[in-house]
Amino acid sequence: MGLEGNYKGIMVYSEDIDTLFELISKSRELANQIQTDVSAILLGDRIEIIPNELAAYGVDKVYMVENPQLKGLIAEACAESISIIINRVKPEALFIGATKRGKELAPKIAEKLKTGCVSECVSLDIDKAKRDFIMKRIIFGGKVVSTHTIVKRPIIATIPPRIFEKKRIEGRAAQVIKIDLEIPSSKFEILEVKNKVVSGKKIEEASIVICGGRGLKQKEDFKLLDELANVLKGQVGCTRPIAADRGWFTEWIGLSGKKIKPNLYITVGISGAIQHVAGVRGAKVIVSINKDPEAPIFSESDYGIVGDLYKVIPALIEHLKKIK
Amino acid sequence: MKIVVCAKYALDVAELKISSGKPVLEGARRKVSDIDKNAVEAAISIKEKYGGIIKVLCFGPISAKEGLKELLAMGADEAYLIEDPSEGMLDTAATVEALALAIQKMDGFDLILCGEATIDGYTSQVGPRLAERLKVPQITYVRSIKIDGNNVIAERDLEDVYQTVKVPMPLLITVTREINTPRIPNLMAILKASKKPITIWKIEDLGLSKDKLEQISSLHTLSLEGFTVERKRIIIKDKPVDEAVQELISYLLKEKVLGV
Repeated sequence: MGLEGNYKGIMVYSEDIDTLFELISKSRELANQIQTDVSAILLGDRIEIIPNELAAYGVDKVYMVENPQLKGLIAEACAESISIIINRVKPEALFIGATKRGKELAPKIAEKLKTGCVSECVSLDIDKAKRDFIMKRIIFGGKVVSTHTIVKRPIIATIPPRIFEKKRIEGRAAQVIKIDLEIPSSKFEILEVKNKVVSGKKIEEASIVICGGRGLKQKEDFKLLDELANVLKGQVGCTRPIAADRGWFTEWIGLSGKKIKPNLYITVGISGAIQHVAGVRGAKVIVSINKDPEAPIFSESDYGIVGDLYKVIPALIEHLKKIK
Repeated sequence: MKIVVCAKYALDVAELKISSGKPVLEGARRKVSDIDKNAVEAAISIKEKYGGIIKVLCFGPISAKEGLKELLAMGADEAYLIEDPSEGMLDTAATVEALALAIQKMDGFDLILCGEATIDGYTSQVGPRLAERLKVPQITYVRSIKIDGNNVIAERDLEDVYQTVKVPMPLLITVTREINTPRIPNLMAILKASKKPITIWKIEDLGLSKDKLEQISSLHTLSLEGFTVERKRIIIKDKPVDEAVQELISYLLKEKVLGV
């Protein structure tokens, strides 16, 4: 492999449709800079997405693989399909949505194709002269931004949901190419799928988020935070120990969970572990309430009150009601 | 049951200092990546139920011996360290090449366990790449493991669902933090572990060279910059609750973040 120029075009894949739209929009913008095509891959045992829906975000070609082996989108079968398409089409870049499924898929494809992969890019640019992709990600627990390039082709990168905006472009159509593949049957058997109970609205989309930590003594105490969220029209989240160790909720905010960037982030009873703070770096204003004046969260906050959350939160609710 | 656990002697990111906008990597403190300890703990509980041998494998600096000693004290049986000639500058493809060749040098495996990601790089790439390189199935984001004859039955934590899967061994599993609480070895265990073997391999022992690994490693790092978000750090303390709350609200109104 090398940079001889026989690899052209940008290809995208995500099983999450909104992320796919975002990746297409960003790829369109990059492809325009280097006058090339954007293609997308759709995989499944039955594909319900209408390929022209993708055209509305700027895709030129849609490669569709419908195959019973793709039921449940098992990583092995997806990696096999995408690698075959890449070997035929030879794109210079492959962007994959950094959902958990995407994050286990991308390195498998990279290993099959013997190329490099950047995980969870937060910025993507092109050095037009060198036709190189410049990718940034956040590492070392949120303390460092690293900038990378990949010297093989295709370059592979995963991109988290909601990093780039989806933008509709009117009057475009896409060429749809159906591909028949032999996908070996998998030893991977899915026995059971349990839906997680999640609150209706996505916390990543809320402009005000209130997050509870270990300072809350029992699950019922989260009702206090719900009440505050009601007044502020915000959403309530929690830290990893609350969700994972105590099992009170199924999702958490932090590096390994939901990464969010609300306008206002209020931490309640959170000490401020680096993995948590790394997940909210992008918040515009951070407010913290904690009884321990030495809690590390205060040095990561714009405003803070040192005090008992069981007294501060009710008072905050009362005073906010007056101005709302 | 032959179990191999891959562990990284990672940068202790909580201790990492930023100086003049750059991370201070020289002499920075390292420790076994947290989630890799969950992988070792998972291996120990499998061994306790089904018997077997646990080998821990690390690609890293020679100082990683300290971390491996800790994993031996937890209950691993043997440790293997492949000395990284690059001071951590190689990408996951090169790391996986070294790990794969080392595993092939051992006498087979039923299970390979890794953490879902490491605390420093957090790429989540090594597990899936290694599974692909060794041509075995992978089960990622696992929060519980059961062995049923020759099969592993595991529960995976995906964004929207918990998925229970059944896959025949040999295979590779990446675990989440929730799977267990890693034990802290006591003094007896630490003393006993000092007799357990740590094998050190140079990459040449695996048929590799620095040039070869650099060729495989196609991800280049152009820069590392401290990512600092300057916070105002206005902390209200030693004031009556009502006064403190009113002061906070006046700040937030000025910031225009209350949606009013």
